[in-house]
Amino acid sequence: MTRQNCHPERSEGSFLSPQRSLGLRPRDDNFRFWALCVVMLSLFAFPASAVEPSEMLPDPALEARARDIGRSLRCVVCQNQSIDDSNAEVARDMRRAVRERLVAGDDDQKVFAYMVARYGDYVLLKPPFKAGTWALWLGGPLVLLIAGVALLIAARRRKPLVPPPSLSDEEQRRLNALLKP
Amino acid sequence: MNRRLLFILPLLTLVLMAGFFAWSLMAGRDPASIGSVLVGRPAPRLEVKALRDGEPPLTDALLRTGKPAIVNFFASWCTPCLAEHPLFTRLATRDGAVIIGVAWKNKPPEALAWLKRLGDPYKFAGADLEGRAGLDWGLSGVPETYLVDGQGIVRRHFRGPITERDVNETILPFLKGGR
Repeated sequence: MTRQNCHPERSEGSFLSPQRSLGLRPRDDNFRFWALCVVMLSLFAFPASAVEPSEMLPDPALEARARDIGRSLRCVVCQNQSIDDSNAEVARDMRRAVRERLVAGDDDQKVFAYMVARYGDYVLLKPPFKAGTWALWLGGPLVLLIAGVALLIAARRRKPLVPPPSLSDEEQRRLNALLKP
Repeated sequence: MNRRLLFILPLLTLVLMAGFFAWSLMAGRDPASIGSVLVGRPAPRLEVKALRDGEPPLTDALLRTGKPAIVNFFASWCTPCLAEHPLFTRLATRDGAVIIGVAWKNKPPEALAWLKRLGDPYKFAGADLEGRAGLDWGLSGVPETYLVDGQGIVRRHFRGPITERDVNETILPFLKGGR
């Protein structure tokens, strides 16, 4: 549900439309330059936030806190989006509620508690560490630890390389004969 | 022995994963379900202005009458609401259920026209135009339905339209037993 702006441009002579009549090298360089610009600019692109100007708080400090909170609250409709990224109606209501709580003087923890009281741990994009989630939190490090220990044991067990037996006199003679220029 | 382990390990992994997938598919597990924290707890506050002209606003007192109540959030623009509507009509007329309807993000004239067209099963009806009550009730959309017992404790929370089966297996026993 991210916003996408599509403005297909069909104007003639746009630098993106190759023109055979002007198939000169300088023209190609020009095209390359602009293409590079487009690529460079796209590196700065990030997903558009769904927070609308009319929702924002006049106090920039409070608004910044609201953004921080909004980014870690999960939209209950879109599952994989934060409420700041979602255009869903419910997400907008939640953003409004976050701002109202902040204006009322709540600290961040209280705002999170407010949402958890209504939607459960589900709304937290970073789930809390508790009985139901320990496997989630510890599973990764645990597997890494097991793999590390296994690797260490395997490395210790590995037999040292035995140097190959040296050549017999007969073999040495043949080798010398072969290597003779 | 070591070599045999090497052969068995991938097989074991496969069996474990297949088992997990089979369980995920068959245990009726819905990863999209967001659950509800309200069940077993006192109902959130109900402060909604009346949908119908000249009626008093909805208050918490409606949920602590000693009689079980059904709270249903709906909207005239919502198709699943249309689907479940006849069930509420029947619950109200045949089974005498107390149903409290809240029109969520729905202009009162539109909600009223919808109820006029389809019949109005709601003993009390409120209009939550801005979705504030919805947020307090942990709403993720419409329709959602809550069974609230006589002491004001939420016993069930249905996200999405209720079905004939919900009525027979959950709602009717709840209305009789109050749980």
